[in-house]
Amino acid sequence: MATAYVDPDQPADAAVAANDSSPTGKAMLKDTAPVEASIAAEASPAMLKLKAIGTAILWPVVGIIAFIGLWALLAPQVDTSLGTLPGPVEVGEAGISLYGEYSAAKEAEGAFYAQQEANNQAAIAAGNPGGVRDFEYAGPPTFLDQIFTSLQTVALGFVLATIFAVPIGLMAGLSTRFNAAINPLVQIMKPVSPLAWLPIVTMVISAMITSADPLLPKAFVISALVVMLCSLWPTLINTAVGTSSIDKDLLNVGKVLRLGWFDKLTKLVLPASLPYIFTGMRLSLGVGWMVLIAAEMLAQNPGLGKFVWDEFQNGSSQSLARIMFAVIVIGLIGFLLDRGMMTLQSLASKNRTV
Amino acid sequence: MKKLSSFKFDRRGVVAAVLASAALAACGGSPEASGESVVAASLDGEIEKPNLKFGFIKLTDMAPLAIAKEKGYFAEEGLNVTLEPQANWKVLLDGVIGGQLDGAHMLAGQPLAATIGYGTKADLIAPLSLDLNGNAITLSNKVWDMIKADLPKGEDGKPVHPISAEHLKPVVAEFESQGKPFNMGMVFPVSTHNYELRYWLAAGGLKPGYYSDGDVQGVIDADVKLSVTPPPQMPATLEAGTIEGYCVGEPWNQAAVFKEIGVPVITDDQIWNDNPEKVFGLREDFAEKYPATTAAMLRAIIKAQQWLDADGGANRKEAVEILSRPNYVGADEEVIAASMTGVFTFEPGDTREAEGFNIFFDKFAGYPYYSDAIWYLTQMRRWGQIADDKDDNWYFDTAKAVYRPDLYLAAANSLVEDGVIPAESVPDTDGFRGEQAGFIDGVTYDGSKPNAYLAKFSIGLKQGQTVTAAGVSGT
Repeated sequence: MATAYVDPDQPADAAVAANDSSPTGKAMLKDTAPVEASIAAEASPAMLKLKAIGTAILWPVVGIIAFIGLWALLAPQVDTSLGTLPGPVEVGEAGISLYGEYSAAKEAEGAFYAQQEANNQAAIAAGNPGGVRDFEYAGPPTFLDQIFTSLQTVALGFVLATIFAVPIGLMAGLSTRFNAAINPLVQIMKPVSPLAWLPIVTMVISAMITSADPLLPKAFVISALVVMLCSLWPTLINTAVGTSSIDKDLLNVGKVLRLGWFDKLTKLVLPASLPYIFTGMRLSLGVGWMVLIAAEMLAQNPGLGKFVWDEFQNGSSQSLARIMFAVIVIGLIGFLLDRGMMTLQSLASKNRTV
Repeated sequence: MKKLSSFKFDRRGVVAAVLASAALAACGGSPEASGESVVAASLDGEIEKPNLKFGFIKLTDMAPLAIAKEKGYFAEEGLNVTLEPQANWKVLLDGVIGGQLDGAHMLAGQPLAATIGYGTKADLIAPLSLDLNGNAITLSNKVWDMIKADLPKGEDGKPVHPISAEHLKPVVAEFESQGKPFNMGMVFPVSTHNYELRYWLAAGGLKPGYYSDGDVQGVIDADVKLSVTPPPQMPATLEAGTIEGYCVGEPWNQAAVFKEIGVPVITDDQIWNDNPEKVFGLREDFAEKYPATTAAMLRAIIKAQQWLDADGGANRKEAVEILSRPNYVGADEEVIAASMTGVFTFEPGDTREAEGFNIFFDKFAGYPYYSDAIWYLTQMRRWGQIADDKDDNWYFDTAKAVYRPDLYLAAANSLVEDGVIPAESVPDTDGFRGEQAGFIDGVTYDGSKPNAYLAKFSIGLKQGQTVTAAGVSGT
C-alpha cells in the first residue's frame, strides 16, 4: 500500500524504508505529501511551488480557522450547569490567566526563598544555627509544573518500555519458538486498558516502596509503570516483525562470513530492523501519552491529567475554559512528541549501514 | 435553628455548655466515663519531619488546613506543608495508609473503620476534630416539586423547618409503584453523610437498607437505595438523574441551588444539633515516631480554627476568598460564601440564618471526644457495617485507640500557656459529652451507654440481629 504512494524521485533509502515497513509501520509512514508531489510533477514548476505552499500552509490555516469559527458559533449553544461551553476567546483568556497564576506563583516562590534566606541570616546573626531552615517551596503546582511532571513521567515510562520491548522483540523475531511462546500473552496483554492496570500497579508499588522518603515519589513511579505497561506492545511487535523479515540472503551472507552471535546482532539484525523499531517506538510514545493523562486523572498522580480532574471537581465558572485550554495543550504536546519521534525515525532509516 | 444561631460565637454560652456537659458526665455512672479528665501527652522536642504533605477533599470544611497554610501558622510552627487535593475519600485514605500523605482532612468514620478493619485495615488516629456541622441534604427539583405542596408552611409562606423525611414517603411509594428504585447519593460508606442521611430517612420512617458481612452496597431491605459518589460529582450525578437526592458537605449543596438543579431540604445541624464532622487523621506510627511534629501541626491547625471563628466570623469573608482558589475548594466565591458566612440558602429566595452551619473552634469543636467516636461506631452497628454485637467496653476501647484527646491537649495546652488561645476554649473533660439531646427524632444519646442507645431505634439492628443477603435475621 505504501509503495503506491512512493514517488519515483524520492531518495532511494526512503523508498526502501517504506517498503520495509510492517503493517503498522505502513499506516504511520503514509503521508499525503508524496501523493500531491507526484501529481504536481506533471505541472509547471511555478504551479508546483504554489501547490506546495497551498498544501503546506494555506489549507491547514483554512482548516484551523474554519474549526475555530464553528467552535465560536456552536459553543454558546451548549448550556451546561457551569454556564455555556466556553468559546475560543474564553479559552484564550483562561490560558492567559493560567500564565498569570504561574507568574504569581513564581513571585511567591521567590518571596518565600528570600524570606527564608533573611530568616536564616537573622538566625545565624543571633547565634542560633539550629534555626536555619532549608525548605523547598511548598506552593501548589502551577499548570507549567504539571506539564513538566507529565513529560517526565511519560519519558520514564517510554524509556522503560523501550528497554523491555526491544530485546524481547529481537528474540521473538529471531526465534520462531520464542515468538510462538509469547505471542498469545502479547495478544492478550496488548488490548488491556491503563485503567485496568492501575489498581494492580498501585497496590504492588505501594507494597514495594516502603521507605518513608523514597528516591522517586510513589505516584510518579505508578504513573510511569502504567505508561510502560501500555506502551510496551507496539515497540515489541514492530521489533519482532522487523527482525523476522530480514532478507534471508543477508543472514546467509552472515553464515558464510561466520559472524558470531554478537556480530550478527549488531551488524545485521539491528541495522536491518531499526526502521521498524523506531516506527514501533513512535507508536508507543503516542499510546504512552494518551495513557498517562488517563492514569493521572484516575490515580490523582500529579500532572496534566490531575489538573483536568481537579478543575472538573472545582466546578467553578472558569473550570470548563481551563479544562479546554489543557486539552489543547495536551494535543499540542502529543503532536510535538510525535513529530520528534518521526524525525528520529527518518534519521534511523537514513543512517542504515545495510 | 433559632436556638443555635444565638449560641454560636458566644463564650458565655460555651462555658455554660461545658458546665452542663461536665455535670452530665459526672453523673454518667459508667466505669469508663467516670469523670476522670483526659491527661495531655508530653510532646516536646525538635521538629523531626518539617516537610509534610497533607491531603484534602474539595469541601469547605478543609478550611482549617488552607488557613493554617495561607495565614502562615504551619510556617510559624516550623513546618513546610504541601496541601494536595484528592479525587475521592478512598484515594485519600490509601494515600495516608500508604504514606504518600502524612495526614489528611478525613471523615470521622475513616480512622475508626480502618482501625476496626472495615475496609482497608490500618492503625489510624484522629487527634483533632476539624469542625461541627457543615452538611446538608439536597433533593432534585422533581422530588422537591412532588413534596413541596404537602409541607407545613409558616406565616411567611415558607416551609417550616426541620423538614421530616416522612414527606418523602409518598414519593418513594410512587417510585415503587412505577417499578423504579429511589436512589440517593452519599460520599463514602463510613462517611458522616451516610449516617446522617440514614438517620434522617429512618427518623421519617423510611428504611435506608442494611450492610451485610461482605456486602458493601448497604441496600438490603431498603426503601431508599444509597450509593457512593465523590462530593464534587454530586451535582452532576443529580443532574444526570442517577440519584434523586444526596447528602454532602459544602459547597456542593449550594452548587445545586446556584445551578438550579436541586433544593437543600435540611442541614445536618437540624438532624443532630452541633454534630461532630471531619477529623484530622494520620497514622498512629507517624504520631509515635514524630511526636513534636504532630504537636506542631496540631497547634497550627488549632490556631487556624480559632482564626476562622474569631470575632463572630469576621474573617470568614477572607476565608471564602482563600477557599475559592483553584488549588483549594475552587468553586466560585459566591457559592462558597452562601454557606460560610452565617446564612444558608435552601431555595432561591429562601435564605435563612445558619450561624452554626460551620463551627471550627467554638463549642470545643476541635476536641476529639470519645463519645463522638462511639456515636459513629453505634451507627456502624445500627446499619450492619459491624456485623455482630459488641459489648460497651469494645466501643470504649475502640474509641480510645482512635480518638486521641491526649495529643490534642498537648498541643492546645501549650497554646494556652503561650497565650494564643484562651484557657476556657480547652475543655477539662473525661472525653464524654454526657447525655446529648438535639436529634431530629428526639432520641437522646449517651456515649457511655452505646448498647442502650442502639436499643432506642425502631429502624436499625437490635441486639442479637445479623444481616444476610436475604434480610435481617435473629431476635
